[in-house]
Amino acid sequence: MRPNTTRARGAGAALAAGALLLTACGSDDATAEDGGDAEGPEATGNLTVWVDADRADVLQDAAADFTEDTGIDVELVQQDFADVRDQFVSQVPTGEGPDIAVGAHDWLGTLVTNGVVAPIEIGDKAEEFQDVALEAWSYEGNLYGLPYSIENIALLRNAELAPDAPESYAEMVAIGEDAEVDYPYLVGLDPTEADPYHLYPFQMSFDAPVFGTDSEGGYDAADLRIGEEGGVDFAEWLAEQGSEGLLNTNIDGDLARENFVDGNTPFLITGPWNVPAALDADIDLQVDPIPAAGDHAAQPFAGVQGFFLSAQSENVVAATTFLTEYIGSAEIQTALYEVGGRAPALTESFDAALADDEIVAGFGEVGAEAVPMPNIPEMGAVWEFWGTTQAAIIEGDGDPAELWERMADDIAGAID
Amino acid sequence: MTTTSPAPEKSPAAAEHPRGRRPPGRRHRQAERLAEAASVGWKLLVVKILILGALNAVAVYAALVLFASDQPLVGGAVVVAGILISWIYFRRGGLPAKYLLPGVAFLLIFQIFMVLYSGYVAFTNYGTGHNSDKDDAVHAIMLQNQERVPDSPTYSLAVAERFGELSFVVTDPAGDVFIGSAEQPLEQVDGAVVDAGRVVDVPGHDVLDFAEVLQRQGEITQLAVPFSEDPNAGMLRTQDAQSAYLYTSRYVYDAEADTMTNSDTGTVYADAGEGAFSSPQGEELMPGWRIHVGLDNFVRAATEPTIRGPLLSVTIWTFAFAFLSVATTFVLGLFLAIVFNDARMRSRKYYRLIMILPYAFPGFLSALVWAGMLNQEFGFVNNVIFGGAQIPWLTDALLAKVSILLVNLWLGFPYMFLVCTGALQAIPDELTEAAQMDGARPFQAFRMIKLPLLLVSLAPLLISAFAFNFNNLTLVYMLTGGGPRDLDAGINVGATDILITLVYKVAFVGADRDYGLASAFAIIIFLLVGTVSVIAFRQTKSLEELN
Repeated sequence: MRPNTTRARGAGAALAAGALLLTACGSDDATAEDGGDAEGPEATGNLTVWVDADRADVLQDAAADFTEDTGIDVELVQQDFADVRDQFVSQVPTGEGPDIAVGAHDWLGTLVTNGVVAPIEIGDKAEEFQDVALEAWSYEGNLYGLPYSIENIALLRNAELAPDAPESYAEMVAIGEDAEVDYPYLVGLDPTEADPYHLYPFQMSFDAPVFGTDSEGGYDAADLRIGEEGGVDFAEWLAEQGSEGLLNTNIDGDLARENFVDGNTPFLITGPWNVPAALDADIDLQVDPIPAAGDHAAQPFAGVQGFFLSAQSENVVAATTFLTEYIGSAEIQTALYEVGGRAPALTESFDAALADDEIVAGFGEVGAEAVPMPNIPEMGAVWEFWGTTQAAIIEGDGDPAELWERMADDIAGAID
Repeated sequence: MTTTSPAPEKSPAAAEHPRGRRPPGRRHRQAERLAEAASVGWKLLVVKILILGALNAVAVYAALVLFASDQPLVGGAVVVAGILISWIYFRRGGLPAKYLLPGVAFLLIFQIFMVLYSGYVAFTNYGTGHNSDKDDAVHAIMLQNQERVPDSPTYSLAVAERFGELSFVVTDPAGDVFIGSAEQPLEQVDGAVVDAGRVVDVPGHDVLDFAEVLQRQGEITQLAVPFSEDPNAGMLRTQDAQSAYLYTSRYVYDAEADTMTNSDTGTVYADAGEGAFSSPQGEELMPGWRIHVGLDNFVRAATEPTIRGPLLSVTIWTFAFAFLSVATTFVLGLFLAIVFNDARMRSRKYYRLIMILPYAFPGFLSALVWAGMLNQEFGFVNNVIFGGAQIPWLTDALLAKVSILLVNLWLGFPYMFLVCTGALQAIPDELTEAAQMDGARPFQAFRMIKLPLLLVSLAPLLISAFAFNFNNLTLVYMLTGGGPRDLDAGINVGATDILITLVYKVAFVGADRDYGLASAFAIIIFLLVGTVSVIAFRQTKSLEELN
């Protein structure tokens, strides 16, 4: 009996002591948060900025200038870019989040729906930015972030195989076939998900955007346009390209890049991320607009990166000043372009970058005509059905019009 | 894990010892205590006092802060726990508790807390749009629905103070200077000194410099100065204390009635207990907030047709996948173990080494490599083994299931091979010899003698392998991503999705996350795995009687 009772007592005590450690952890958070509240007004302020590794060096300089000018310390916390959105959404409500974080504009819907991001007002400075960048960071009429770079896909051309830029899709295929290599042109696809992002320019050329826009120029979830006539035309076009072997879901992004680098195709539809590989292979590289397959312009999606402000920030004045005056300055925008290789969002830096590098200029010119990727949360429901349906159509699994219309119905159902 | 600790059995044995029968006298106990104290050594005692002192100091500080910030429950828990720790380590005896404490503490933090927390989430509506508490939601709605009046000018701003009250001093584009505070609508002032478009001095007020502005930035960004006596004309607000803009707010919060009113349409949104403000037509304002929803998530899983159908088919496939994975890997592993355990086999060492190789690669990497090798057109399997036949390994529903099982066989048999080899070598050869003397054929000897003995030691491993494969997210996600998608199902679910990948998709994929529902699924999975394991362990107990 005796040893048993001792053990039970010991275990009970240990459990309770464990509870102390647990609660001590909890209390740590509480003290940090409360301390922050209490000190807020007296402290000269301390900005916390979440930034990814690539952007960190440039921001380091901006932060040093800011501290020198205002006396406010800027703490840069490095985060993996892909993790920022989820971390931000879960940490801001606990009071542990940053004042400013780096991100992509298509996160906005999630951030706004979760109430973790605050609108910013940059006033007349808005005129200094590229339109597409500001549109992308606007949601329901408010601007939510300060954009710094625009990223989009374009047509990479191997000028040795195809000396001239194609004017239309048919011309591109004709040039590609005349080049007598393995593939007339390539775009990376996935066997089950295809790639709606890379195929979107073609879809746009059939006048089939995903959503219509409202009076403020933002995307309107209630106006689902993907299932309209243009969408069906696009679906039939996809099936045709699939049966002719021009679109092949077994060639993924890596294979497509490899074939382009090896000179097996004159054209590759891709983004700036594949440029270094092509340059390393000494390809005579040109960047052209994507040729239209339908009657309209082949506008790709633009992804705009920027910095946004937390809804729970205690340092709104300092944070806004840092955003507009420092991150929004030509010096920093140009520096961010130099490390990222993507077209800057500030027009002054954009023009400088275009003059400076013809590859960036190629992407930038396409990007200026691009449409921002929808930033409304309903877009999540679209991605879910879009790619799988495209893959099925390209592989010839059923009637393209029927598959496309069912997809549109499913999306409409998921949004409601 | 099932064996009981020997400690309770030991004490009766100790009691039978001749000297143990007589109850120890007082002097004897005193001597024991002295001996114990002496054996610890004073240096250790000092260290002990220092560590416990530091711990208690932290606890006292934490408790004070907690009580000061109105968290008496957590504060009380800290006090109780602090007392308990001191009591355990300062009193004599209770040695097990001293050793158990750190382990139990970590168990509580890293295991029990996680389990309880995800259990708790299953009973809330935590997910996209229901991310924080109600105050934050109100704050965010107000913030997001302030709209700058279209085409209104930018006012250059200075912040002035009188008797602690803040005012905005603004210069409009025409160069006229206005002043206003929270109570006092904007009115024109004369005699202000303007430098480079910004007011630097106003009679009767102190103009704040930038450092002072930063000190009071919370107040300044909260300040809303009415543009005129008419409240519909909007408010001047600032975000950077340099420029002010004219805003109108689309929503008005009424704290008394707890409603949000849209000032454009007049719609009243009330808190209907669903974790968001909703209009009479059922339209919800986002963001909402987290609330307890009781068993709602479980009810949804069982009744909502778009969830129930896929959940059922996914559950069936999960059981099939886990069972077949264990069965195939075990059979192949056992077969190879027997073959390589045969003394007639030459260079067994090298074969064994090769057999274990798949086990040495990280599982997710292997799965990715296999995904490439199974590519319909360019994959190694179709191109080299099947001579260019375009077999849709990963895009056909049935073949994808077969591929998953085959890849898992490749990944999993080395483990089974290892443990079977170990278990086989532990069975004495004499048993087989004896069986053969009795006239048993080799297969009979194996089936009647060796296999039951093997199962005694391997059954728990097979059960844990089942539980592991039941939750084998890595393989499924890296190989097929749950695909090929079922185009007929209304939700994002594919032919090879198992329960855990479904949970992952509900919780972390796409913009619409539902942590509550995912946690409810997780609890269902736990119950399923737990039930299967308990039944299986009960069944295998009968095997133990063989020993």
